[in-house]
Amino acid sequence: MADTLVRTERSVAGTRRGAAAPRRRGRFVPLLYVAPALVFYGLFVIAPWLHSFWISFWNWNGIGAATWAGLSNYTAVFEEPALRAALTHAFGFIVFYTVVPVILGLILAALTSAVPWRAMPVIRTIIFLPQILPLVAVGVVWKWIYGEDGPLNQVLRAIGLGSLARAWLGDFTYAFPAVGLIGTWVSTGLCFLLLLSGIGKIEPSLYEAARLDGCGRLREFWHITVPGLRKEIGVACNVTVISALAGFDVVYVMTGGGPGYSTMVPGVQVYQLVFTAGRVGTACALATVLSLITCAAMYGLNRLSRER
Amino acid sequence: MTKQLPRLALIVAAAAVLFPFLALFSAALQPQSTLSPGLSWPSDPQWGNFATAWTTAGFGSLLKSSAVIALGVVPIALVLATLAGYGLATMRLKAKGPLFALLMLGLALPYEAIVIPLYYDLDSVGLLNTYWAVILPLVGLFMPFGVFWMRTHFESLPKELMEAAAVDGANSWRTLTRVLLPTAVPALTTLGLLYFMWAWNQFLLALVLIQDPAMRTAPSGLGKFVQQYGKNIPLLSAGTLIVIAPIVLIYLFFQRHFIKGILQGAVK
Repeated sequence: MADTLVRTERSVAGTRRGAAAPRRRGRFVPLLYVAPALVFYGLFVIAPWLHSFWISFWNWNGIGAATWAGLSNYTAVFEEPALRAALTHAFGFIVFYTVVPVILGLILAALTSAVPWRAMPVIRTIIFLPQILPLVAVGVVWKWIYGEDGPLNQVLRAIGLGSLARAWLGDFTYAFPAVGLIGTWVSTGLCFLLLLSGIGKIEPSLYEAARLDGCGRLREFWHITVPGLRKEIGVACNVTVISALAGFDVVYVMTGGGPGYSTMVPGVQVYQLVFTAGRVGTACALATVLSLITCAAMYGLNRLSRER
Repeated sequence: MTKQLPRLALIVAAAAVLFPFLALFSAALQPQSTLSPGLSWPSDPQWGNFATAWTTAGFGSLLKSSAVIALGVVPIALVLATLAGYGLATMRLKAKGPLFALLMLGLALPYEAIVIPLYYDLDSVGLLNTYWAVILPLVGLFMPFGVFWMRTHFESLPKELMEAAAVDGANSWRTLTRVLLPTAVPALTTLGLLYFMWAWNQFLLALVLIQDPAMRTAPSGLGKFVQQYGKNIPLLSAGTLIVIAPIVLIYLFFQRHFIKGILQGAVK
C-alpha cells in the first residue's frame, strides 16, 4: 500500500510522466476495459489449451481413470504411421493452400493491375466467394465433382480421355492431390485480391524508371513487383499456411482421412483419436504439436516478411 | 492483345469459382431417381427437391440453430472487443506488451487444439449440448482478431477528438460512448459481419460440443446429411444450396464490407 503511494508521488513528481499520470483510481480503469475480453479469452481459449497440454501426458480414454504416460503420447505422434502421416500431410497441404495460390495470385494480379476494367467489381465479388462459404459445403460440392460418375469424369469421358476417369477420392495416389486442390480453389481469390491491393501501393515512379532503363515486362515483374509485394506475400502466406495446417472440415466431409490414411490431417486425426479410438491423451499430444508448429510457422513468416 | 489477355485470365478465374455451383444447381433440379446427374440443364426441373431437402433433413431447425448461435456470439463479441480495443488504444497499461503477445497467440492456435478439453470441461459444468457450449468459446476465440481490429480503429482517430472530450471533463466511459462510438460504426459493421459469418459457418465446435443434430449449425447439419443422403445427389445438392444461401445473400448485400474486412484483417 505504502509502496503504491510512493510510486504515485514519484510519477507525479517526474515531469515527463507526471502530466499523464492518472489518479490512483484511474490506474485500474484500463484494466476494467480490457478485462472482460481477457476473461473470455482466458477461460475458453488459454485454459482449455493448457488443459489439453496437461492431458497430453496421460493415458486416458475419456471416461475411466487416467494413468501417467510421460512423453509416450508424443513418441506416438512421431512414430505411429497414421499420426506421422497426418503431420506430413499438413505440411503437404501448404503446397496447395499457399504456394500455388500465391503464385497464381501473383501472376493474375500482375497481369490485371495495369488494365482497368468496369467489370472488375463483379469479378472481384465472384473470385472472393469461396472465402465466405462454409468449408463443409465446399467439401460436399467437390466430393460430388470427384465422384465416380461425377462431372469431372463425365468431362473426361466426353473429350475422349475416359481412360483417365477414376474414383478420385478412393484412389491412394490421387486422393491427396484431389483434396489439396480444393485449397487452391479456396485460397487463390484471396491471394489475388491481397496482392492486387499491394500492387496499387507500389510507387509508380519505380515502374517509370524501369521503363526508361528499357526493362521488359518480365524483368519489371521480377525486380519491382515481387520485391514491392514482400509484405503482402508474407501476409498471404501467413493466412493460408494457418488454414493448411488446421484444416478439418473439407477432409472430414470428403474422405474422413482415407483411403487408408492417405488424406489424413491432424484435425481429423484428433477427432478420430478421441471419438473412435478413445485415446484422448494421444489426441491432445497431436493437438499440442500442431499448435506449436502453427505458432512457429506464423512467427517465422512474420519475421521474414517484416525484414527489409 | 494487352487488354484481352488479362481480361481472359480474370474470366477464367471467375468461371473456375462459379462452375461448381452452377453444376450443383443443375444437379439439385434433377429427378431424385437420377444416380449421376449430367452437366446439362434438366428438362423438367424439380423445384420440389428443395422442399424435400428442407423437410427431410430438418434444415429449418438447423438454420435456426445457426442463427441463434451467430446472433448470440456477435453482440457479446462486439461489445467486449470494442471495450478492450478502446482500452488498449487510448490508455496506459503496464502489461500491454505481454497482453498483445498472449492475444497474438490466439490468432495462430488451431481450433483442434482446444476443442477436446472444451468437450470435457463444458461437460463438467453442464453446458455441453447447449447453444452456450458453442457461443462462449467462439466469443473467446474471436477476441484476438476483434481486439486488434478495434484497437486499430481507435488508434486511427485524430488525437484532438479525445483531447477535446477530456477538456470538456468527460471521463473515459463518456468519451467512448458519446464521442468515439459514432465514429466506429463502419468498423463495427465490418467486424460484426465477419463474426456473423465465422459463427454461422462454424463446423468443428458445433460438431463436437453439441450432440443433438438439430441444435447444430447448418454446416454441421449438412455434414450429417451427407452421411445419410450421400447417394441421393439431387437432394444433397439442394440441401447444400439451402445451407449456403443465407450466407451468400448476406455476402452479396454487404460484399464491400466482407472483402475489405478480410483483406485488411489479414494485413494486421
